[in-house]
Amino acid sequence: MRPVYAISGGVSKFAKSRPDKNFQAVVKEAYDYAINDLQISFPDFTEIVDGSVASYFSDHFTRQLMAAIMAHDYLGLCPKPSHRVEGGGATGGLCFQEAWKSIASGHMDVVVAYGFETMSHVETWKGNEFIALASDVSFDYPVGGFYSGYYAMMVTRHMKEFGTTVEEMAHVSVKNHINAFHNPYAQKRNRYSIQDVRDAPMVAWPLTRLDICVMSDGAAATILASEEGIQKLEKAGAKIPRPLVKITGIGRGTDAMRMADRPHVDYDTFIKDYATEQEKASSDTMKYYKKLWDHGTRYPGVHSFRAGRTAGNMAYKHAGIHNPIEELDFIELHDAYTSSEIQTYEDLGLCRYGEGGPFAASGKAFLPGIDYGLKLPDKPTCSVNPSGGLIACGHPVGATGLMQAVFAIWQLQESIKKHFNDNTLQVKDAQKGAIHSHAGTGTYVSVSILEKE
Amino acid sequence: MTKLPNKQQETLGGTIVHNLPFPRDTTPEALAWLKEMAPIQIEQPYSITYLHSYAQDSPWFAGLSNKKILANQDPESGYVYATPRGHDMHSGAETNWIDITENEAVIHAFTVCHFGSEAFLDQTPYVLVQVEFEGVDTLLLSRLFGVDPMEASLDWIGMKIKPKFIRNSKLKPTDVYFIPA
Repeated sequence: MRPVYAISGGVSKFAKSRPDKNFQAVVKEAYDYAINDLQISFPDFTEIVDGSVASYFSDHFTRQLMAAIMAHDYLGLCPKPSHRVEGGGATGGLCFQEAWKSIASGHMDVVVAYGFETMSHVETWKGNEFIALASDVSFDYPVGGFYSGYYAMMVTRHMKEFGTTVEEMAHVSVKNHINAFHNPYAQKRNRYSIQDVRDAPMVAWPLTRLDICVMSDGAAATILASEEGIQKLEKAGAKIPRPLVKITGIGRGTDAMRMADRPHVDYDTFIKDYATEQEKASSDTMKYYKKLWDHGTRYPGVHSFRAGRTAGNMAYKHAGIHNPIEELDFIELHDAYTSSEIQTYEDLGLCRYGEGGPFAASGKAFLPGIDYGLKLPDKPTCSVNPSGGLIACGHPVGATGLMQAVFAIWQLQESIKKHFNDNTLQVKDAQKGAIHSHAGTGTYVSVSILEKE
Repeated sequence: MTKLPNKQQETLGGTIVHNLPFPRDTTPEALAWLKEMAPIQIEQPYSITYLHSYAQDSPWFAGLSNKKILANQDPESGYVYATPRGHDMHSGAETNWIDITENEAVIHAFTVCHFGSEAFLDQTPYVLVQVEFEGVDTLLLSRLFGVDPMEASLDWIGMKIKPKFIRNSKLKPTDVYFIPA
């Protein structure tokens, strides 16, 4: 495999509705931004780019089949190669990795990975219905298909199993909303308190409206290149910041569409197949897990995401990461729900299974230098969702994973101030970050590691 | 008295319009102004009836209409799926049908949906449960009745429940639901 670099990115403003432009033109906003940031002309870039990978989740929202070719066409990329990727909420993360594959394999030198979703074309509750069709239409959807309900069921089990509290979940909402206050691309830029989160209308017990991300219209684009691709672009006049941002780890995992079908494995199987390298090396952690299993915990059940653990372990191995919380400076993580951010802390090995709740309230995932209005016992260690995540930025499904990639590139290029007109969210001396994209109730998960070369 | 929300609910529908304002003459100035025009948004109704086959899972639905909960079992390992699955995920072998109607059932996880997808909005609040059956390896998504949705509690997890069947089968998984045992 050849080295692959993430050299540029762009994000359209995420908004409740973008009736002013069709989806192709919204994609072009993000695409043009990424090209302009390289300081290369549109025709010169078009001459060099080898192809594209498109990301959008639902044909229902656009009521347009083959929407990807319409965007590819609008970007002036015909007749270059292109294909669409679809994997629910992880579509953007998968798209990013498909572009990586095209370059790592030597097939292409410069690839654009773009994604979009136009969720405003139907009313909110119809949109929820479309999303719920990403559950088994014979057995899950007809019972009361509603994704917030599915996630709420998972977290009630997490709460019962591990003692996780709604206040711990609310810490995630407060953190992500306040981070987004400094992100001009975010859809929701509000400051909330724990009480605000709990007082918000109940959607699916115990998740309130402020525990849940919102539907959005938006697009994002990233440009990936090989060393040869970078040379071609620079020869044509592109200005590519140094040090370069290299993609050093790729991981993916899956699980059964129906959460009801997921296994409940014993302790030995968990340790053998799923424990992180770090967990296996710690006798204290092994004892801790043995105690959990002795009290009835089984894995993953409906409380944990086996796909996320699998993707994380694979990406860490690829990138040579042994201690993620110490080695990663930030993670842009798929927080469709505050509860799923907590579950994912555990899947990604930032803390042990069962300790996601206290970890959320510890302060370790917060940014330094921001007043969250909370008493946090620990210092920030690895900022999670410094951008504000899905909860505050919005979740135009096909764009989301690529939005995370763009924000990660900007963090590692240390150019947050340039793009946000505000340096508050810049992770100081960021060397290494992860992006995590998640579908369904944990059906597809991708984790990619990016680092400063 | 309940306070009205600060925001009126947005709905589609409205007045049918047969013409739109447009410059009388397409002068360069008027054409340039068109870029400032607000977008035209129209409604596009779309509905379709699918002929959906339950295929190899059909006996499960026939079972519900006859007040039986069936499950699938791997012939070798004995692994049991509460939600039908024609082939075992470990052995790849075709599964067999077993009857779990009388197996003891408890709530494994639950939620109360105060909102829902459009198709279920008129049923809110409703309670979703993942049902755990004695001797069965996987769970079943169902509805719970007979509890107060405004008094949701983690204590519900582990509660013994029993199935009930609707009299006029709709051939949907909601033909069975659960109540506290």
